[in-house]
Amino acid sequence: MLRVAVVRFPGSNCDFDTLRSAALTGAEAYFVWHRDTSLKGADVVLLPGGFSYGDYLRSGAIARFSPIMAAVQQHAADGRPVLGICNGFQILCEAGLLPGALIRNARLTFVSRPVHLRVERTDTAFTNCYEEGAVMQLPVAHGDGRYVADSKTLARLESEGCVVVRYVGSDGAPASGEENPNGSLNDIAGICNQSGSIVGLMPHPDRAADPALGAAPGAGFFQSMLTWNPVAKGAR
Amino acid sequence: MMTYRVHVRVVPRAGLLDPQGQAVEHALLALGFKEAGSVRIGRAIELEVEARSPEDAKASARRMCDKLLANPVTEDYTLEVEA
Repeated sequence: MLRVAVVRFPGSNCDFDTLRSAALTGAEAYFVWHRDTSLKGADVVLLPGGFSYGDYLRSGAIARFSPIMAAVQQHAADGRPVLGICNGFQILCEAGLLPGALIRNARLTFVSRPVHLRVERTDTAFTNCYEEGAVMQLPVAHGDGRYVADSKTLARLESEGCVVVRYVGSDGAPASGEENPNGSLNDIAGICNQSGSIVGLMPHPDRAADPALGAAPGAGFFQSMLTWNPVAKGAR
Repeated sequence: MMTYRVHVRVVPRAGLLDPQGQAVEHALLALGFKEAGSVRIGRAIELEVEARSPEDAKASARRMCDKLLANPVTEDYTLEVEA
């Protein structure tokens, strides 16, 4: 059975949603505390949303040095899957596991509402259940979600297909106005490393993965953990 | 060993949109401070550093900035060691 570790930091608040979303796929999901040093044989690591360490200094800046992060770095270096959602994405960027940074929303307000996303890459550990170009609605809830990177990094992300999900209009057309909720460059909502094993995104699939809540468009992020085949990916 | 007081100033990288700076600039102009412009908002960090010399204190603080206090993707910093 696939073993999925959900790392909890002081201030994580989407830990139960993330655990439940993973468990609904049939995987064995369990919590790991940030002061632990072992992932307890995890196949997949999930970094949930929230406000680790109160977002002090910068979102994710202190969590990135938690004792458990050495094990997460090693797990990632071994090519095994890591998903960072919202604050988890911020932590991945601070840790250097994904490029760029997430800074204060362009309009300065905390944004908590549904947004539309287009799936741009479908051979990652967390999006292989989706069709390329699929448009879905997921909630966002963040104050520091504006993705930025220098122009060279941004060009590389685009040319290597490392943009995983992008903010769009409800019809899938490029986002206009507040359809991009935070001013992210290139309407980027989520990115991955070259191999697709590490994915980070600001929207919350964990808040839209349980059929009991109605539609579950985010469930595919978690189901993809079970169906990812990193070997077949070479065909891309 | 001496204790040195170090002042770190972290500001958003030039060229990067600074919505806080923009909002404050608009507020200053609205208040009639027509002479204000190019407002950037960052943070000031003060700390004490034990070191053999001011140069060592500065080098040590620089390592702290590179590792934690500033994000090299989005921020620049300046250091000042109190004499």
